[in-house]
Amino acid sequence: MHNFKLSYKLFGERAILIEWPSEISEIILTDILDFKNEIENQLKLKDCIVGYNSIVLVYDFVIVNSITKIDFLKELYQNKKGLQKQKSTHWKIPVCYDATFGIDLEDISKELELSSEEIIYFHTKAAYTVYFIGFLPGFLYLGGLHEQIAIPRKATPRLIVPKGSVAIGGNQTGIYPNESSGGWNIIGNSPMSFFDIQNQYPCFAKTGDTITFESVSLEEFISIKNQVKSNSYQIQKIQ
Amino acid sequence: MITVLNPGIYSTIQDLGRPSFANIGVPISGAMDSYSVKIGNQLLNNNLKDAVIEITFGGCKFKFEEALKICVTGANFSPTIDDKEVQMNSVLEVKKGGILSFGKRITGIRTYVCIQGGVSSEVLLNSKSFYKGITTSYILKKGDQLKTDSAKSVNKSTLSKIKIDEHHFKTTFIKCFKGPEFELLSKDQKEQLIGTQFTISNDNNRVGYRLEEIFENQLNPILTSGVLPGTAQITPSGKIIVLMRDCQVTGGYPRILQLTEEGINILAQKTTNDTIQFVLQ
Repeated sequence: MHNFKLSYKLFGERAILIEWPSEISEIILTDILDFKNEIENQLKLKDCIVGYNSIVLVYDFVIVNSITKIDFLKELYQNKKGLQKQKSTHWKIPVCYDATFGIDLEDISKELELSSEEIIYFHTKAAYTVYFIGFLPGFLYLGGLHEQIAIPRKATPRLIVPKGSVAIGGNQTGIYPNESSGGWNIIGNSPMSFFDIQNQYPCFAKTGDTITFESVSLEEFISIKNQVKSNSYQIQKIQ
Repeated sequence: MITVLNPGIYSTIQDLGRPSFANIGVPISGAMDSYSVKIGNQLLNNNLKDAVIEITFGGCKFKFEEALKICVTGANFSPTIDDKEVQMNSVLEVKKGGILSFGKRITGIRTYVCIQGGVSSEVLLNSKSFYKGITTSYILKKGDQLKTDSAKSVNKSTLSKIKIDEHHFKTTFIKCFKGPEFELLSKDQKEQLIGTQFTISNDNNRVGYRLEEIFENQLNPILTSGVLPGTAQITPSGKIIVLMRDCQVTGGYPRILQLTEEGINILAQKTTNDTIQFVLQ
């Protein structure tokens, strides 16, 4: 059981920020999720925002007795049972790394002195952890990128990054769930839908899940894209 | 039903937003100036969460296809019904075929047209607030027809108008609390942040307000963490950005201030070149 030294701060009128040591680690993520579960069992909150090393608890009212509230949380943390294995799912995400989509592959291949094949190898080899979802609806913050293919963001962000783009920014990798602007290096595209408001659960993945990328050909990409459109595509998952 | 004859520069449907979906990265959204929306909905005896039309910088024209009670709140852009001037913050009875339009700007920038029973439109994640990628429409267009829930509401309110506090539009003081990273600033920086008049840059919208002045910043970025509407962040280049209703749920810049709800509502009525000063609570 891990007991970190947490800091508690009032964040405006209606929120409390809880922070773990400033590092990205799966042990911290597990502890955050454990504590979040415990808090949500005890309190009715308006929202709960998870970050790499933090939770923001948003209350439905103006907090007047913050010391009492924080003391309650501290005690809850001390007494929490800890490391109850959260239900997490492993997802297999098809990605087409064809040059049609991977428009930055050639440039980063030169910069990293690795062939495109090697970049794809490293990108598909790792299992990534979903730390949280932010930036855009359905944008997964993934940890676990192989250090060999870490590369800084582009100096000038693109105004339009196509929906489904799979990209690398620093030591992070991610998928753009919708068209947006963005400064990450684009290496491929996934035919899957990462945010569909028509679904009961608009985003299939959640904090704590893991994913791997699987390289698919352009033909397979088109076939999966059509299945996604007709709602007949089954995401491969292991629970 | 209401027909949009002219949507103006930027008009949307807003309620009080979708505040409980940070876990899938969905912004809260909702009316920029929730204070003005509450006044309108209260006067009409609506539910406080009923949806309204948010108009940025006037210029709109609407045709009422049925007789409806409405209330115009927020920024005063000299509203008229059938070319006759009408009062802000009072219950107005619009006849079938009536035309509501706006003219000269007097105060503020965001006007709300509140309608008896509220605007009826698609509900996604418990809210009607327009947001690109969530709602089918994200901006009102010419020819749009807005349905209303007028049948459900009976106006039993005894109040038909109220005098609103002009302070809401005139004050340049924005109330706030220290943000989570405030204490990392030096003494001089804190004094500068609280003592300086800042100017709103032309980069101001529903996502955030960027301020003009450069603020000396040596703070490192933080590990991506939760942010809220009203969070003032400082970028590596020393620009202050105050996040507003459509902001992302997480961010990586130091959070130096957190505006009060009143502070957000007051800022929401300000525009390019207006000046503000932060006041700590």
